[in-house]
Formats: sequence, structure tokens, C-alpha cells
Amino acid sequence: MISKKKSDLLLVDHNHDGVDRRGFLKCMAWAGTGALCVMQGGVLKSFSLSRPSEIDPAAAAGELRFVQISDSHMGFNKPANPDVTATLKVAVDKIRALPSVPEFLLHTGDISHLSKPEEFDAVDQILKDTGKEVFYVPGEHDVVNDDGQQFRDRYGKGSPGAGWRSFDKSGVHFIGLVNVMNLKAGGLGTLGAEQLKWLEKDLQSHSKSTPIVVFAHIPLWSVYPEWGWGTDDAAQALSYLKGFGSVTVLNGHIHQIMQKVEGNITFHTAASTAFPQPAPGTADSPGPMKVPAEQLRKVLGITDVQFVRGKDALAVVDSNLA
Amino acid sequence: MKGITRISLLSVSLVTGLSGFSAKANTPRAEAQAAPAMVAVKIDNFSFGPQSISISAGTKVTWTNRDDIPHTVVSTEGVFKSHVLDTDESFSFTFDKPGTYPYFCSVHPKMTGQVVVK
Repeated sequence: MISKKKSDLLLVDHNHDGVDRRGFLKCMAWAGTGALCVMQGGVLKSFSLSRPSEIDPAAAAGELRFVQISDSHMGFNKPANPDVTATLKVAVDKIRALPSVPEFLLHTGDISHLSKPEEFDAVDQILKDTGKEVFYVPGEHDVVNDDGQQFRDRYGKGSPGAGWRSFDKSGVHFIGLVNVMNLKAGGLGTLGAEQLKWLEKDLQSHSKSTPIVVFAHIPLWSVYPEWGWGTDDAAQALSYLKGFGSVTVLNGHIHQIMQKVEGNITFHTAASTAFPQPAPGTADSPGPMKVPAEQLRKVLGITDVQFVRGKDALAVVDSNLA
Repeated sequence: MKGITRISLLSVSLVTGLSGFSAKANTPRAEAQAAPAMVAVKIDNFSFGPQSISISAGTKVTWTNRDDIPHTVVSTEGVFKSHVLDTDESFSFTFDKPGTYPYFCSVHPKMTGQVVVK
């Protein structure tokens, strides 16, 4: 049934359609307006988050479920969103209201706006309400002034470098990468030789059938280099991931939802919980995009990720905060 | 009254004389001061404006962030480095040595600029 309610941003309900990958990418074009696309082993299903009771519990069940949030920019207070604390709290409420409880959270960076201790503290406090463990990677806003020292002390303990690390959950291998350190003039995000060496070694101890989730702040594919939306040496990192059956890359930084499938890798960027940014090339610069107040929550969001053993790919569902 | 007038006249001529004297003495310095000792660069819309500036040695450059996002001013050769500048915050650096000084925003590295010091 096609919903025409003003508050319901889903244009067409694809439930039980079995839309294939071409349909998946088409559906992604609507993600910014609030349509949910869930990919399970190459078959697409979509649901409206404005009607969560209509989400089939069987489709929402799985062996591993986690949430990605990103770009909370705690400390930002300009017109694009004068209250980023409130919108982050709405994200937490949404997480707590999900039909199936996620096991943990991934935060893909720009936790703070100016790397201030009180900004990091505020986010820690707010996310505590989810009752879940949170794994962080830094954004460029998290490493200003101190070369990432605070980030390392708070969230990167045990990391051999600037905060990169890996861990396993229910047979899925997670890799947090840091691509916001030592940025060069005129350049994009960068991983650096030391981290790449570590990554190559880290992957060698896992079989090709292990599902991999890589999370990093700046996109690991070239979304829009003119605005710095890409990573200089990502190609080398991605080459180490060849041959793995299921690879999902989760990024933030661009404050909008985008997805791309390339070979065995699905790339996904998350919306910010703070403010949206313009689509590539649609504005002079990638600054905070002001939208009418009543629409703000519709362009902010959280990402709910589901792993179902036996399926090729992770199902990634975005929900807006409205 | 006459005495006062004479003294006043004397004071005036003395002051005039002194002014004239100091004006002559100041002329070389006045010429040097004709060139601005301070130049402003505005940071806005993810760019430095003007992107390239040409100044004399000894000039102080002040960058002010008018964008709604924080930026930094970092020399690629390690000559100067600002703290993160939120909206309306400034950073200044005085360039004493001639040369070309490329710089960028370390938070948004696509933002680049240069200072040419003569």
C-alpha cells in the first residue's frame, strides 16, 4: 500500500517484493527521506520506521544486532542545530525502543565538536543510557589540538597506534580504523603505512568465510574528493579484504546516508545525530545544512545493523530520528 | 595680558617649530608606515580569503574564522600552527623572514592558502 501521509516519508512499501540489488541502490536514493532498506543475502526488503509495529519480528531477528551512530558533534550550537544534546538523546530513545535489543554500539567519529573534555564527557553520559558498550573511532573533530591524545586515552586503550583495533562478536570480526590523523594539505583522509601493515596482519588470522565489519570516520571510498570525502590510501586497505565473503564498511563524516556495493564489499555511511550536510556538489561547501526546524529530525539518524548467519551480507537499516 | 600673549605666541611658535622638526624627522618612518603592518584573512565557507596574500617582512597576518564550523591554520613546513578556531576566533602570526609559506586547515585539509613574504 502506498502511504501518502505527510508525516510518513516512505514512498513505496516494498515488503515481500524480493527486490534485487539494482532495486537496493534505487531504494537508497530515498534513504535520505526516511525509507528503510534491509538487505539480507542480496534480497531487499524495506520497512517504514514511522510504523515500527509493522516490522516483521522474524525479519528483525538474527544472531547479532548492533547500532551505528555517528557525528554527534557535541559542542556544536549554531543555527543548523542549536541543541545537539537533545537530538543525541532522541537517538538514544530510538535505540532503546528498537524491537530487538542491539548488543553494542559503534560510533563512527566526530563524537565532539572541538575535542573538549566536557564534550566527550557529555556523549559518554548520554550513551550510558543505552546500557550498551560503545566502540569509537575518531573523527577529525576529535583529534584537534592534542594529536588525538585524549581520544587514545579515553577510547583507544590497547590500540597499538592512534586508536585502531579489532574485536570479535558472535563470529563477526570488527575492525576500527583511524583515518583522520596526520592529514596532509590538499589531501583526503589517510590510514598510513603503520596502520595498513597492522590491518594486513590482522586479517591474515581470519578465514575468508568470517564476516568482516570495518568502521572508520571518513568514507573509505571516493564519495566526493573535492570536499575531502574519501581516503587517500583506502585502496590498499580494501585489497586486503578481497576474497572475504562478507565485508561491510561503515563510515560517517558526510552526515548523510549513502550506500555502494562494489564486488564483495558493501559501503554504508550514516547520518549524523547533530546536523545534515548537503549532497555532493549541491552547495559551495560541505558545511552544516540548515533545514526547517520541523524537518531537522527527519534528516538525522541511527543505523541498526543485523547479522544473520548463513547470509552473505549484513542487513543495514537506517532510521531517522523523526 | 600682553605678557601672556607674548608667552602664548612663543609657545605656539615653539610648538610649531617642534612639530616641524618632528615632522621632518618622521618622514622616513612615515614612508615605511604607509605599507600596512597588519593583514586580515577571512576564513569562511571552507576557504581562506584571500587564498594567497603578498606581504612585506614584519607584517602580522590575522586569520579570523567566520564560518559556522571550526578550522585551523597550519603551516605545511611547521612554521606556525593555530589552535582550533571556533566561529569568530582569531589567530595571528608575524612573518619576519621573506619566503613562501603554504598552509592549510588540518581539520579540512582540502582548504589551502599561502603567504608570500617579500
